[in-house]
Amino acid sequence: MNLFKLSWKYLTFRPFSTGLNVLLLALGLAIITVLLLMQDQLEKKMNEDAEGIDLVVGAKGSPLQLILSSVYHIDFPTGNISLEEARNLSRNRLVKSTIPLALGDNYQGFRIVGTNLDYLELYKTEFETGQAWSKPFEVVLGAEIALKLDLKTGDQFIGSHGISEGSHDHDANHFLVKGVLKPKGNVVDRLILTSIESVWLTHKEEEENEDSPKNVNLSEVTLHGLPLSDGPKEITTLLIQYRNPMAAIQLPRLVNSRTNMQAASPTFEMSRLFELLGVGISMLKGLAFVLIAISGIGIFIALYNSLKDRKYDLAILRAIGASRFQLLQMIFLEGILLTFFGAILGILIGHGFLDLIVRQNQSGVMTSIQPWIFLKAELWILVYALTVGVLASLIPAFTAYQTSIAKQLTKA
Amino acid sequence: MLLKTTDLAFSHPGQKTIHFENILLEAGESLLVIGKSGSGKTTLLNLLAGLAKPDQGEILIDGQMFSKLSGQKLDLFRGQNIGIVFQKPHLLSPLSVIENLKMANFFSKIKNGNLSQILDDLGLMAKKDASVLTLSEGEAQRVSIARALANEPKLILADEPTSSLDDENTYKVIRLLQEQARKIGAGLIIVTHDQRVKDHISKFIEVKAS
Repeated sequence: MNLFKLSWKYLTFRPFSTGLNVLLLALGLAIITVLLLMQDQLEKKMNEDAEGIDLVVGAKGSPLQLILSSVYHIDFPTGNISLEEARNLSRNRLVKSTIPLALGDNYQGFRIVGTNLDYLELYKTEFETGQAWSKPFEVVLGAEIALKLDLKTGDQFIGSHGISEGSHDHDANHFLVKGVLKPKGNVVDRLILTSIESVWLTHKEEEENEDSPKNVNLSEVTLHGLPLSDGPKEITTLLIQYRNPMAAIQLPRLVNSRTNMQAASPTFEMSRLFELLGVGISMLKGLAFVLIAISGIGIFIALYNSLKDRKYDLAILRAIGASRFQLLQMIFLEGILLTFFGAILGILIGHGFLDLIVRQNQSGVMTSIQPWIFLKAELWILVYALTVGVLASLIPAFTAYQTSIAKQLTKA
Repeated sequence: MLLKTTDLAFSHPGQKTIHFENILLEAGESLLVIGKSGSGKTTLLNLLAGLAKPDQGEILIDGQMFSKLSGQKLDLFRGQNIGIVFQKPHLLSPLSVIENLKMANFFSKIKNGNLSQILDDLGLMAKKDASVLTLSEGEAQRVSIARALANEPKLILADEPTSSLDDENTYKVIRLLQEQARKIGAGLIIVTHDQRVKDHISKFIEVKAS
């Protein structure tokens, strides 16, 4: 027997009171864990996904929507811009490089993105199997899609119109999987990538409905730069990299005032979004702290009440040789053990909850969150919980320290 | 000489000072402290156990000036050398019978391999791993005696151990205490107002509130 075991026995002797307090504390800490994990991973992910993209140019509308739709592939696109205008802009001396995107189709909820090979280079992707597209209707799959839809190189599928599930299918066009990318943990994992021409051809056939001669050469696609085309064509957005810092000041203004398009900066829009979310996050944080405070009070009351029942026990311990200091230690140990288990449980609940959310989201941003990554900040949760334990046991421990043995045991 | 007290006196706040007769006790010897309720015999027990400090006088236990010890040293000395049987068993309820005994060893920093033997002597072997909540009153009292013996103390103090027992059990408990004390060579002091105990232990002192 030792002090640790004795404290443990006393805790398990009152399973309901102990359990309730552990649970209350765990819930508070679980909320904090979830917030920590989300904040850390979402922010990291958001920054990663937007790396190398200084400016997004698209149709007029909400700048946030433009960023969400063409950088993170969450929201709906604002509309299309003319290829001609995009080409003019790409020739501007402030622009270092551009990547065109053509959105508008999906396969089982995963977006089909028409672009060029520069997009693959932007995210430094590597191929798990196969290679990049070289003809229309050849696609490259993100790792997550290949896994979830069980597609591999050589398979075929039919895309649907619209960027979310449940719209009509483009029956005529079979996409051929040419390659599958290695998992990168970023937005590309959830995308079906193809050439801009593939997207054009899909919609072209829909519009014309007859076997008219096609404007685009069926056997060729543009691998780098903007595609050439005879007639007026549209793309959805243009991702731009600045040539110099000066561009950050001049280019957005130029686009917004002199063209029919709008320009939005991912960094700026994202910090605006986090600012908006901030209110909700601080409310959740507040709730977590209230829960933790209540559990702290709960632990205090539980220890204090149990001391009333244990006055004799404490006196007996003194009579069989325990020092005052050992009794003090015992009560502290109980508080600390209680909060330690609360913290461990809380962290596990937090991760488990996130795991559940990720499992329930099939194709959203949440899917790229890793629920079982442990952060250093979680050690602080443990420290924080133990502090609550020590604080809550302060008064009960002191009371135990002061218990007079003679009065308890031999009331004459 | 195991225990020697000289001119002990103690006063409860606002009450008259009680002066106690000097006590001399050899190892293996038994002594009865008798007196009416409220006469101060429990006070004497508290003084002998180091649970209260005498206003005057000295207590010498096994050559150690016991009444001069304080704090942690006192707690440890008490744990190692004095076994106390209280009026009520006061067992630690979350623990099993054997754990209650081991706890006494832990706090007194004593290793005792004879705990099972003690339980056996007291007829508690079958209850060794039982929770103390499942014990009958008689069993609980025997466990509290076993706990007092767990550290093989030099002095055993018993506070009214027979007050709620019938004649037959009173005899059994007294005999048990005497046997066990003799076995480990300890002195035994029983504080009681129970006249029946006098039939079994001849040496006694009487405490009178003066």
